[in-house]
Amino acid sequence: MAKPRPLSPHLQIYRPQLTSVMSISHRASGAALAAGTLLLCLWLVALAAGDRWYGVAALVVSHPLGQLVLFGYSVALIYHALNGVRHLSWDRGIGLTIPAVYRSGWIVLLLTVGITALLWTIGI
Amino acid sequence: MAEFRLPKNSTLTKGVTHKADNAAQNVKTFEVYRWSPDDDANPRIDSFEIDLDRCGPMVLDALIKIKSEQDSSLTFRRSCREGICGSCSMNIDGTNTLACLKSIDEVKGAVKIFPLPHMPVVKDLVPDLSQPYRQLTSIEPWLKADTAPSDGEERRQSPADREKLDGLWECVLCFSCSTACPSYWWNSDDYLGPAVLLQAYRWIADSRDEHKAERLESLDDSFALYRCHTIMNCAKTCPKGLNPGKAIASIKSEMAQR
Repeated sequence: MAKPRPLSPHLQIYRPQLTSVMSISHRASGAALAAGTLLLCLWLVALAAGDRWYGVAALVVSHPLGQLVLFGYSVALIYHALNGVRHLSWDRGIGLTIPAVYRSGWIVLLLTVGITALLWTIGI
Repeated sequence: MAEFRLPKNSTLTKGVTHKADNAAQNVKTFEVYRWSPDDDANPRIDSFEIDLDRCGPMVLDALIKIKSEQDSSLTFRRSCREGICGSCSMNIDGTNTLACLKSIDEVKGAVKIFPLPHMPVVKDLVPDLSQPYRQLTSIEPWLKADTAPSDGEERRQSPADREKLDGLWECVLCFSCSTACPSYWWNSDDYLGPAVLLQAYRWIADSRDEHKAERLESLDDSFALYRCHTIMNCAKTCPKGLNPGKAIASIKSEMAQR
């Protein structure tokens, strides 16, 4: 019987690039949003449960760790929404050349940083 | 579930170093993936020092020099050496391309060369392409028509319709794109991959073909077509500058308009 052939290296050796990194980030931010939305629901439940529970929730949210989670959630939300627009345009066949993909990619990244910064400096 | 790590028999070990002549002035190191079915060892990375003053400009020139001067057992596919045959596709400096079209100067530091990613290896830089070839067969890449040509001789096509095939017919089936696609890495059993889908669209877009509806029908599958997540590694890496991602988007669009 022939010896099993080795599998050539893939993730280990393929150069990370804007295309693949933004794609996996889109998926990761989507997963983070799903988890974050559960937390958002908990916060709403606390709000409905009266001032004692809301007090607890407010305490958790204002804790530095809570703020960190909230910050992560806001980054994920903004990135996923902006990159989602990119995907919508691709589904219409728009912006699918490599220069256009890179241009829109950098715009999404810059806007994510900019909007997140605005949200945390003047928004909240 | 995708397996992100290499199987036990595929992990890399360090190989041997082939030194350049002492007289060499302009030395560049080539780190090349090696595996032979004739011994029991895991794949290894051999280093070859090449005198660039005595070597052609392309990575393929270096590989041929290594084979003729340093290690005749080095195995790779090549034929036309000018980007027409698609034989010498491999992963060079982290992205897939044709060794004959990749200039050595473009690579900073050592030139790392691997077979096309996430494929079974036959030997050294030669991957087993049976699966993509089977998938190419499955899309029936030939003109299908039931009616006779209108003039009894030839199936005519307007220049405008012919133009729709530009960017599609030029593919040399090197499979650089398919093996650059993470979606294809994890789902090559069912997902057709960018190279084959570009070919599928080449026939869907051909005004002379009379089986467009059937072709679309056979692609209407959550895996065969829709594992494309528009990552666009395919177009980024294509050594011929083609855009499989765009072709796939066109198929999806045709599918939605049926």
